[in-house]
Amino acid sequence: MELRKSYFADERDDHLVEVGKPRARTDALGHVTGASRFFADRNFPGMLHLKMVRSPHHHARIRAIDTAAAERLPGVVRILTARDVPHNLYTILTLIQVGPEDENVLATDKVRWQGEAVAAVLALSERAATEAAARVAVDYEVLPAVLDIDAALQAEAPIVNEYHGRNYYRYDSGECRKVRYGDVEAGFRAADHILDQTYSSSPIEHAPTETTGCIVVPEPGERFTCYTNTQAMFFTLDVVAMILEVPGHRLHMVGGTVGGGFGGKVDVIVEPIAVLAAKLTGRPVSFIYSRAEEMQVSSPRGAERIRIKDGVLRDGRIVARQVTAWLDAGAYSRHSTYGAQKAAAHFPGPYTIPNVAVDSYCIYTNRTPSSAMRGFGVTIGDFALEVQMDKLARLVGMHPLEFRCLNAYRDGDMKAHRQPTEGAALVECMQEASRLAGWPMAQHFYAMSSRRREA
Amino acid sequence: MPKVAIRFTLNGSEAAEFVESGTTLLGALRDKLGETSVKGGCLQGTCGACSVIIDGALKLSCLTLAESCQDARIETVAALARGGLLHPLQRAFVETFATQCGFCTSGMLMAAKALLDHNATPSREDVIEAISGNICRCTGYEPIIQAILAASRAATSTAA
Amino acid sequence: MSLTLATFEGVHKAALALCTARGAHYIGGGTLLVRRANEGDLSIETFVRVTDPGLAAITLGPGRITLGASVPMAAIAARSELGALARAAKTIGGPAVRNMASVGGNLFAPSPYGDLGVALLALDAGVSIESGAGREEIPLETFYTRRQRLPSGSIVTAVSFARAALANLRFAKVSRVKPKGSAVLTIAAVLAEQDGVVSSASIALGCMAEAPMRARAAEAALLGRKLTREGIAPALAAATADTAPPTDAIASAWYRRQVLPVHLGRLLVG
Repeated sequence: MELRKSYFADERDDHLVEVGKPRARTDALGHVTGASRFFADRNFPGMLHLKMVRSPHHHARIRAIDTAAAERLPGVVRILTARDVPHNLYTILTLIQVGPEDENVLATDKVRWQGEAVAAVLALSERAATEAAARVAVDYEVLPAVLDIDAALQAEAPIVNEYHGRNYYRYDSGECRKVRYGDVEAGFRAADHILDQTYSSSPIEHAPTETTGCIVVPEPGERFTCYTNTQAMFFTLDVVAMILEVPGHRLHMVGGTVGGGFGGKVDVIVEPIAVLAAKLTGRPVSFIYSRAEEMQVSSPRGAERIRIKDGVLRDGRIVARQVTAWLDAGAYSRHSTYGAQKAAAHFPGPYTIPNVAVDSYCIYTNRTPSSAMRGFGVTIGDFALEVQMDKLARLVGMHPLEFRCLNAYRDGDMKAHRQPTEGAALVECMQEASRLAGWPMAQHFYAMSSRRREA
Repeated sequence: MPKVAIRFTLNGSEAAEFVESGTTLLGALRDKLGETSVKGGCLQGTCGACSVIIDGALKLSCLTLAESCQDARIETVAALARGGLLHPLQRAFVETFATQCGFCTSGMLMAAKALLDHNATPSREDVIEAISGNICRCTGYEPIIQAILAASRAATSTAA
Repeated sequence: MSLTLATFEGVHKAALALCTARGAHYIGGGTLLVRRANEGDLSIETFVRVTDPGLAAITLGPGRITLGASVPMAAIAARSELGALARAAKTIGGPAVRNMASVGGNLFAPSPYGDLGVALLALDAGVSIESGAGREEIPLETFYTRRQRLPSGSIVTAVSFARAALANLRFAKVSRVKPKGSAVLTIAAVLAEQDGVVSSASIALGCMAEAPMRARAAEAALLGRKLTREGIAPALAAATADTAPPTDAIASAWYRRQVLPVHLGRLLVG
């Protein structure tokens, strides 16, 4: 590792104890000896295996669920349906007062995506659970499905999620998260060029090597120990307490060793039903996603569509930027309302632009609910912004790095969100990148500084 | 369910158990013999997390039936360290940050050991080929490749 | 209900068990069948395996080469005498899969797997099958048309091909990830030339239909032609004839059709 110390040298204390020195990971020894304990590295006598009956349809009404034939199979201990779940309708973010509750732990009258949980089979072996799950008979009335952002926004589109009443989330600010700064229309009128482009992305699966899961053990006194690979231990505790309607002190969450998360293990999906199953059967319960479930059922990064309209002057200065972003939440909110909000907070990117308008929508479709993944709401936006920046540079005939330096935010610049910029270092990063890449800029760009805008 | 007796050598010691017929080696190792250093990642033969060495050959324990391992010699990552001393591969993995979440590490180390057992001085291409059946989602592979090359250098220089 | 492994020393009794045991399937290396069982395929109730070491033999005869059905990919990859076929075996899976996956299993592998079979098809290999009814050898091309509906109790015991053909084998597996990517498509060709023109051609394609197939139109279009860009043009134009490629996670049918002539061209004159 090498630290470039020439930048901001006067602002930095170089008598650092830890920074710049390699340190062995505290968990590395356990990992290389195979001694690290992942949640599934446990086996309890009498443990039951939970297998979920899942919707084969994108969108369907449930007429009836018949578990009788499945319950008669040898090895089957119990089958749970919606009526077994104390607080079945929930949403994760009610913990921070963001509603409405829009998702069922186990489906009741409808399924809204292919893979939605309908009934939970508990059996003595995985094989018995799989066999029984195949015998649970669900009578579906298939409904027309909404499979992308465009379809969701059609006037005649079927309503995906009745708890929202329309195919987008309603923020306290209205149909989307909004940023308004300056006068974007006046900016466009003053511009020499307008560039209006739309970018889109498909859902992306985290594909951790360890699939999502948990093992729950009932303890004396109506308490439960839950070994889990969640990335959100306290959210998990609170959501389980909410769904089971039990006080949090009855739940002991054990985790911290996660076999790859990347945001995919932030939703609280396996733990509530597994704790409930342990409670209702009095036995240890293991609920671990198969690889197929990890791919299809665990929430991916949602698809996004981003329209960026920019006004730029002949000399390269961007004078107006209008961004409209649509984030495909899938059938339920989970963390996507927050993701769309983060997108609004991120645009127009690390550039100083005097006129900005941002509209960021959280859209519902009959797709696998999407959720957190490494900078969700931001990463795809950055892809769109930086491709747009390259196109703008070409449009005005400038070097892409010089074009970015010219527009880069500097300390003291007012951001579109009305926060003055501080601690900027974008110009310096590009200066160093240009040197390392052997892609030189004109000399005066190396004299620029993030601390002040040159006259 | 019919149970069958299995017996093999696991990391140098005799292991014997009764398992259900048709049980995978992965299931027998983890659930019956407590050998949880071996991980199940995909159960499809795609990710390599369950890799073990059977009679000197790298194999996938998730697709190997336990009964087919009668009298075999099975090695897992748990046998790599000897007498409290880490194997050169383990040391190199720690030093080059070749392990992050750790879930692929057991299988990755077995693939690396199978390589070095047959080829003490592998090229970078040999290393890439040797770990091509093992998926790591954290590191981007480069630290792992560097660790295996470093371990082979360390082992060769010790031997010289 | 539960899974059972039934082990036999010889093929004959195993064939009988395949006919009588519940949900019985023959298991080779396990890379296809155990995977299906792990993924919840409830039709699999009995694994039937044969331990006869004769099934794991590679026999390099003077005229013909025979590979036992239990021979793993790694054993083929390690035999330099097998030339392009050894290289084909090395494109399959990673090291662990190659130590397990067998020749017999490869012949049953659904697209996009089964690359070795594509090479064997170009070699015009014969498949030895044993069943309660006896023993027969059928052309691999015929086998591929009925591999889903062989009479119950059939066990593939070996494949064999003419040694002379092996020297002229060319093989290409096109994949997005290297090493160890599943095939976008696989092409194998055995060509003979006389007086500067192609005198015989056998071209096999993988991932261009449900099972590996011969590119008969392209083969015919090569006869009497020079192996030059111009000479092979009619063969490339005919390459996709009769193909019905699958659309899967690796590639779409459209893409496979688009790139087949490009890769066939490279294999022929690259």
